[in-house]
Amino acid sequence: MAIIEQIVELIVRAIMQGTPLLFGSTGEILTEKSGNLNLGIPGIMYIGAISGVIGGFFYQNSGAKIITVLAIIIPLLSSLLGSLIASLIYGFLTITLRANQNVTGLALTTFGVGIGNFFGGSLIKITNSDTPYLALSKISAAYRTTLPFANKLGLFGQLFFSYGFMVYLAVIIALIVSFVLKRTRVGLQLRSVGESPATADAAGVNVNRYKYFATCIGGMIAGLGGLYYILDYSKGIWANDAFGDRGWLAIAIVIFAIWRPNVSILGSYLFGGLYILFNYVSVSMNLLPLMQMLPYVVTIIVLVIVSMRKKRENQPPASLGTNYFREER
Amino acid sequence: MSETVNEKYALQLRKVTKAFGSKVIANKDVDLDVRYGEVLAILGENGSGKTTLMNMIAGIYHPDSGEIYVNGEKASINSPKDAFRYRIGMVHQHFKLVDLFTATENIILGINDGTKYNLAKAEEEVKKISEKYGFILNPQKKIYEMSVSEKQTVEIIKVLYRGADILILDEPTAVLTPQETEKLFDVIRNMRNDGKSILIITHKLHEVLAISDRVTVLRKGEHIATVNTAQTSENELTEMMVGKRVSLNIGRSDPKDAQDRLVVSGINLTSPDGVKVLKDISFTAKSGEILGIAGIAGSGQRELLEAIAGLRTLDSGNILYIKPSDSEKVELRSKTPLQIRELGVRLSFVPEDRLGMGLVGNMDIIDNMMLRSYKKGKSVFVDRQPPKQLAEEIINSLEVVTPSAQTPVRRLSGGNVQKVLVGREIASAPSVLMVAYPVRGLDINSSYTIYNLLNKQKENGVAVIYVGEDLDVLLELCDRILVLCSGTVSGVLDGRTAKKEEIGLLMTKVNGVSENE
Amino acid sequence: MNKAISISKKEHTHSKAAPFITITKRDASSLKWNIAVRVIAIIAALALSAIITVLITGENPIELFSTVIDGAFGQFRIWGTAQAVAMLLGIALALTPAFKMKFWNTGGEGQVLIGALASALVMMYAQPLPHWLACILVVVAGVAAGAVWGIIPAVFKAYWKTNETLFTLMMNYVAIQLIKFFLKVADKSGSSTVGPSLLLYGRLPVLFGQQYMFNIIVVTALTVMMYIYLKRSKHGYEIAVVGESENTAKYIGINVKKVIIRTMALSGALCGLIGVLLVGATSYSIDPNLAGGNGFTAIMVSWLAKFNPIIMIFTTLLIVVLSRGAENVSMTLGLNKSFSDILTGIILFFIIGCEFFINYKIHFNIKAKSGKEAEDSGNN
Repeated sequence: MAIIEQIVELIVRAIMQGTPLLFGSTGEILTEKSGNLNLGIPGIMYIGAISGVIGGFFYQNSGAKIITVLAIIIPLLSSLLGSLIASLIYGFLTITLRANQNVTGLALTTFGVGIGNFFGGSLIKITNSDTPYLALSKISAAYRTTLPFANKLGLFGQLFFSYGFMVYLAVIIALIVSFVLKRTRVGLQLRSVGESPATADAAGVNVNRYKYFATCIGGMIAGLGGLYYILDYSKGIWANDAFGDRGWLAIAIVIFAIWRPNVSILGSYLFGGLYILFNYVSVSMNLLPLMQMLPYVVTIIVLVIVSMRKKRENQPPASLGTNYFREER
Repeated sequence: MSETVNEKYALQLRKVTKAFGSKVIANKDVDLDVRYGEVLAILGENGSGKTTLMNMIAGIYHPDSGEIYVNGEKASINSPKDAFRYRIGMVHQHFKLVDLFTATENIILGINDGTKYNLAKAEEEVKKISEKYGFILNPQKKIYEMSVSEKQTVEIIKVLYRGADILILDEPTAVLTPQETEKLFDVIRNMRNDGKSILIITHKLHEVLAISDRVTVLRKGEHIATVNTAQTSENELTEMMVGKRVSLNIGRSDPKDAQDRLVVSGINLTSPDGVKVLKDISFTAKSGEILGIAGIAGSGQRELLEAIAGLRTLDSGNILYIKPSDSEKVELRSKTPLQIRELGVRLSFVPEDRLGMGLVGNMDIIDNMMLRSYKKGKSVFVDRQPPKQLAEEIINSLEVVTPSAQTPVRRLSGGNVQKVLVGREIASAPSVLMVAYPVRGLDINSSYTIYNLLNKQKENGVAVIYVGEDLDVLLELCDRILVLCSGTVSGVLDGRTAKKEEIGLLMTKVNGVSENE
Repeated sequence: MNKAISISKKEHTHSKAAPFITITKRDASSLKWNIAVRVIAIIAALALSAIITVLITGENPIELFSTVIDGAFGQFRIWGTAQAVAMLLGIALALTPAFKMKFWNTGGEGQVLIGALASALVMMYAQPLPHWLACILVVVAGVAAGAVWGIIPAVFKAYWKTNETLFTLMMNYVAIQLIKFFLKVADKSGSSTVGPSLLLYGRLPVLFGQQYMFNIIVVTALTVMMYIYLKRSKHGYEIAVVGESENTAKYIGINVKKVIIRTMALSGALCGLIGVLLVGATSYSIDPNLAGGNGFTAIMVSWLAKFNPIIMIFTTLLIVVLSRGAENVSMTLGLNKSFSDILTGIILFFIIGCEFFINYKIHFNIKAKSGKEAEDSGNN
């Protein structure tokens, strides 16, 4: 019995660890499907997190009575707005100004992590706290609200109903993105832009509009990963750099999931599980880094196998990393 | 000769003119009438303006002057979308398809008709169109799994799906086998019987006779004639297509002491997409003569030269190089360009794609000179002195117009780019020199500079292989002319006695018999 | 001189409306224009940064400026700046041959770290060896480890066209975790660095009594050598041809696979060398943050310099002076030190964005003739 309990606990924690990764990878997949390799996603996740925190901070400190709905909506909207602005920077530079995607993405990550830590640090200072972190406990409580009957269903309840709403939101978004990509006209046209922008252009698809659309929506989804991490997973505590390298791990999952958001649900939970597995298996703490290395090694192996097998459906979008310019004949 | 604008016609052009830049006139005052339910063949040599004319009907180009009438009404066509509004659709030579998508996904891509997205329904529709006209196509098959002819089918159905009544097919048979061509013709007949008007661009005469109701011949951008297919013949069409022979006054000396230099025997080559592009080709290039290679574009010229240069792996056959010094025979088959050079084979190659293969556009003239010679010597460093001298020599002797030898070649005009490339290839004192379309896009003066250079090489005892498209030039420049047709040798003629019509017929004759000496 | 090809004339046009803006590719642009655009971009970026800083701090801009200068060139900070320039420039130089070949090596961080790790191992266990031999071994181990880290993705790229951007990116995190593992194993106390108390042997010489002098000299030499390698050597020439056109490379008989692998071995090895310097000549300690993100920043530095090693000195200076200056501003004013990342980001955005005005020409058509010049800009 104890073992089952432990396993359930492991899965629950893996899901919680995996949720920010799921937001991030879903957003990155959507972006990459338009041919934009947005290496700024790790930065955007920081921006999404800090924007939400700022929104929540001012609401919590406004003196107004905290209403659960507002406690959720205000940080959510400010997070989306922050991510949108960051994505627009990337979009404007790479789509309109046709700047190099790698360089732009890396600059955005520098910028985004800087924004996160700067404003996070500043808020900590405003509160005059002695601790190097900021706690939004009331806001977080709203985010961590679970279904009332979760506790009454034992292990089953723990496994399926013990999470805040954003865990479900991440899954729903991943499934929706999956559906949109596969089964809708918008998805078809978006994929055509990522595969062959010249063909899409000739068929009358507005390439740039789709690239902007995918980059912005993708960035906003990814930003929610940062928001979840702070307001739910970390119980509303912002500490600088706490989010760590999860953004890069999200990009790894994109490859692992071979550009399929529904597979990425599994990938995110798996990678999340590897992050905390050490708590549950009796290995020496020394091996922890090797276990945390595993996701990246697995990702590399997937990347290699996919390129060796040359199965067309599993390749990165053909125009990934390149900008489109309608050339003269 | 033009009939009045009339709603009896599906499509009419009146005095349509299109120029590119100030020099090149692609079409001049062209009139054209297309009836309902007919197949009209558009015939002409390379560069006669067929494709440009069709592109104007399809909305890709806009005429400089002249009018287009659809169903008797004046039409303003500014984009492919506009063209579809007039129920005109064009299938281009180069397919624009997303490889990863299925046939149906490609067909419906870009259609936003406000209806619900329903792939299954679209597949039904595609199937219906296929059955109606006799196409064989699995609507769920992915493009990358398809043969060229299947891809073409997708392109045609794409046009039909959008409701086109006037279909333009740009050299649809160029990529097809004879059997596939037959099937395509059946489909075209079905479409015609359904009342659609089909314009088909081609240079293959027997196909014109087989499929079309009427033929329009273009030459040098002008409309020459439109005749009923039933009342014409291959010979008459050829004459209209190639025109009277024009004298160009290119000098030609008699070959001296011609020795076998390059013996190609029975080579076969399959392209990466699985198409047989060279079939059992044999010929001999001799020192001190220019061997011309004629053929419709895409008959295997490019592949042949690349195979000799070591850029393609042959299925079978041999390429023997005979050294001028001691008549030693060197096998070039399955050697890389580097190995060929290391064997002491002095083979130079001016490829068709000047800035994409022969030269590096972003490098300056000096660095481009170095492409052939940078490896010389044991030093780990490159010596820019010799290439610099060579660059200056070429700039002076060939009168290359350039600000300096340090100018990136992409900034030079087409003629000057070609002078740089040919100059470099000649500079390595080749014993075999292969040139592909060396005067394409060049003005008259530059063209003559190139002809003179080639003649000089010939007089120096070089075996020159010249791939060209202008028959008049081939007839005045070359000692012998080998004619390619769909990857086979359809004939070898004496450049001094051959008739233009003769070459024209061989170029368009499938399964021609090789006349090797 | 600025000859532009009009792209819109011949291609598909989807709208009949006269466009307001057409964008065409610039065929070539004059040096003056190139420099002018960049200078304007940098000035604009600095102005914006200044405004933001003034708004946040309420400080007098001139004061601010002197704080920046002091942060970069002040008496106690100049050597630190020199060291920072040397390390960032070194990595940028290392990445450059790969970039010139159009191989997107985003794995500089990992290649530096793995080199550092290999050196650290030698420094820990080389007790029995004579000092000079230990020194050589420290260098060789680091360089070789970096080379291996570069060769792995290159082999897969050359033979199977495996996406190198993603591959090298992932390799960074493998290297980081390996270092974390090393820390756990090597230092039982559980600290997050392995420091001078453990890395005792084979320390590289301190020159002229200046801790950073060795690094500065090595990187200076590296700059000159890289310049010569790219501009004058046969290898450099092959790299340029492969990067410009694989077709041409094949046409003249260059073995493209060999060039890709060889170049990435070099790129990785030099990154490894920087790792050696960081551990063996600088701090005698190792931690996962040793490269401090310079592996990524260097990508931008190299790219901004258009892969020219000499210009790279200036782009490195620009980035380092700004970030150290901003660091000083945040320190003096009690701001968070991440402030400098924000300013760096802003400046990068401007410089990245300004490339557009160098590569493309914008035409404002007040009175367009017809619909055919349409749409190209309508998409943007």
